[in-house]
Amino acid sequence: MFKKTILSVALTTLLSQPFYTFAAESADLQALRAEMAQLKLHYEQLEKRLQQAEVHAQQAQASSQQAVVASQQAIEVTRDQAAPSPTTSSESAFNPAMSLILAGTYGQMKQDPALPATGFAMNSNPGHQQGFNLGESELGITANIDPQFRGVATMALAPAGGITVENAFIQNTSLGNGLNLKFGRFFSGLGYLNEQHAHAWDFVDQPLVYATMWNNQIGEDGVQLKWLAPTDMFIELGGEIGRGRSFPATDRQNRNGTGAGTIFAHIGDDIGFEHSWRAGASLYDTKRVNAASAGVPDLLGTVGGVNTQFSGDSRTMGLDFVWKYSPNGNTANRYLKVQGEYFSRRETGMLTYNAAVTDTFSNTQSGWYLQSVYQFMPHWRAGMRYDQLNPGTATVGALNASNVISNYAFKPTRTSVMLDYSPSEFSRLRLQLAKDQSRQGLTDNQLFVQYIMSLGAHGAHQY
Amino acid sequence: MKKIVAVLVLLFTHTTAHAEINIFACEPEWAALTQLLAGKQATIYTATGALQDPHRVEARPSLIAKARRANLVVCTGAELEVAWLPVILRESGNSAVQFGSAGYFSAAQSVKMLDVPTHLDRANGDVHAGGNPHIQTDARNFLPIADALSKRLVQLDPANSAYYQQQLATFNQQWHAALVKWEKQAAPLQGVSILVQHDGFPYLNQWLGMKQIASLEPKPGMEPSASYLKSVLTTLQQHPVKMVIRAAYQDARPSEWIAERAHIHAVSLPYTVGGSDQAVDLFGLFDDTIARLLAGLK
Repeated sequence: MFKKTILSVALTTLLSQPFYTFAAESADLQALRAEMAQLKLHYEQLEKRLQQAEVHAQQAQASSQQAVVASQQAIEVTRDQAAPSPTTSSESAFNPAMSLILAGTYGQMKQDPALPATGFAMNSNPGHQQGFNLGESELGITANIDPQFRGVATMALAPAGGITVENAFIQNTSLGNGLNLKFGRFFSGLGYLNEQHAHAWDFVDQPLVYATMWNNQIGEDGVQLKWLAPTDMFIELGGEIGRGRSFPATDRQNRNGTGAGTIFAHIGDDIGFEHSWRAGASLYDTKRVNAASAGVPDLLGTVGGVNTQFSGDSRTMGLDFVWKYSPNGNTANRYLKVQGEYFSRRETGMLTYNAAVTDTFSNTQSGWYLQSVYQFMPHWRAGMRYDQLNPGTATVGALNASNVISNYAFKPTRTSVMLDYSPSEFSRLRLQLAKDQSRQGLTDNQLFVQYIMSLGAHGAHQY
Repeated sequence: MKKIVAVLVLLFTHTTAHAEINIFACEPEWAALTQLLAGKQATIYTATGALQDPHRVEARPSLIAKARRANLVVCTGAELEVAWLPVILRESGNSAVQFGSAGYFSAAQSVKMLDVPTHLDRANGDVHAGGNPHIQTDARNFLPIADALSKRLVQLDPANSAYYQQQLATFNQQWHAALVKWEKQAAPLQGVSILVQHDGFPYLNQWLGMKQIASLEPKPGMEPSASYLKSVLTTLQQHPVKMVIRAAYQDARPSEWIAERAHIHAVSLPYTVGGSDQAVDLFGLFDDTIARLLAGLK
């Protein structure tokens, strides 16, 4: 009998609703009547079926008590709509979502990690750590601030003490129209790997091209605006301006204006259910002011190298792609990921050799990597990566022609393999071996063991 | 440059030509339900397939692009999509479908959640604070969800409210009839002891009255070790079961390993629309689920 009540209520609503909506339109009245007649017929049929069902239910009661209990339960559930469980769909209830990454490595290598790749002494060299070391612990705090803004802070806790602010940005989530505004301190959106935090890397270290050209990762203090096209295919355009906080920019301080600018574009899509890809291009532009480097080798073979200073324009062009494949699209079981990136940097300006001789200097350096990671069974992945750099051939002004090395005639390379095991989504253990031939004549066989553990809020991962 | 602009304009005009509601459904069961309730008014995109683990989906560029144009995102909620949906919604630049807005619909909010942990600790595995999110395994849950979803469609597209209400009435009528049929068919499953591969069936068990003796995952989301599987075998000597059940997207090996040793049936359930050849729609999903469970009794 519950059924009857429900049905009459449903039908009353059903019948009154179209009437209410269309009553004024006399032209539709005829159609409405026909519809109502049909509905009435429908109702009568329903009632008939209901009676049958009730007879069935009574029969069932006679034979088995349980069947009726079950069918009554079904009806109760429909009536019990008033008592759903309250659930929070937001990433936090009210307190910010907190996450802490604990990571550490053991590194073993033959060569001094402070040695730069040949031809890249004027670049960044984040190097490795030998022996046991804690690595950075990363504390993340995230919350929606109000309906408009979301805040993200990531603090890196250095093992020796001290906190550095890795990310501290605000995101506007309410602009709509495919616009995404971010401001504060953030990882630049250029390339593919740059935005990924260290705990999401597939290898212990960044590719050589990232280490030498972006000091592992380029962060910016500034504003980023992205626009996503309203198309079936993923097409995203973005731009950033900022102070030029990190290498290769020289941190514009105490001056108005901006120190660096970036534009990038990404496109991506699926191919069937099992394949997906993303490709991108980026351009980074900065004006370097008194960029100092120490220990730069010279033509005279000065022991320990010399100090140089460069001032001028620096423009980096990048291409990136990633392709992922997973049988049935189920990444929990098995997947294959192939990615590669290429960066080329053109620098033109004045070089001061050993704090004495200044003349023109221009050079184009480039580098690329290609890597693949294969999850061959749940929780287990293996990966391989090949790195290559090209120091370029510099055009050196006459005054420095006998001082500065213009052509190193050597291409630094490195090959790495890794195996990692993730007992759960929150923990990962990794073994990595590398043959590093980035320094001429100094082949280095490297071994790393790493753990990455994530505590607290379950952050969503980027593609 | 002109060409690029022309292409962009073309793409833009092409994609805005449709007047219907654009729906982004996280899982196939919600796509199927929305299809029944919104009928011709909706263009539906399904973000995951039946053979994908809905916990572990990548925030792929294509998903972000689809969410960008969605008027309504229909998902389970209850943290099932926590590893990917937040990135997609954020990156979509679509303010209409963010969490908490009218354009985001969480099915879990309409039903009574089971297995809500009283104690939140990851030492217990990948537990969900909101309760077990696999609500689609109890057919009765679709009634309150359909009701809430239909209301949401009306809210977003009031011009077609009559149509949505009619679709809902039709659905309710058909579903009630189907429930009576399914429960009658499933009567022999009442009180039957089972093993599960992943703790994804509390709603199904509650509905059909099956008794879960153990799970092949020591903790939710953890792969079983050989020693753990052996301990399950020992449990089975004291508490015999009829079958071990798993979702279609799960690796068959753990189920088959135990089925062979305990001489029980390994039953793969479609779990959602598209999970088996018979589960072509929501009705087929439960027809097939019950048929497979009954086959497991033999």
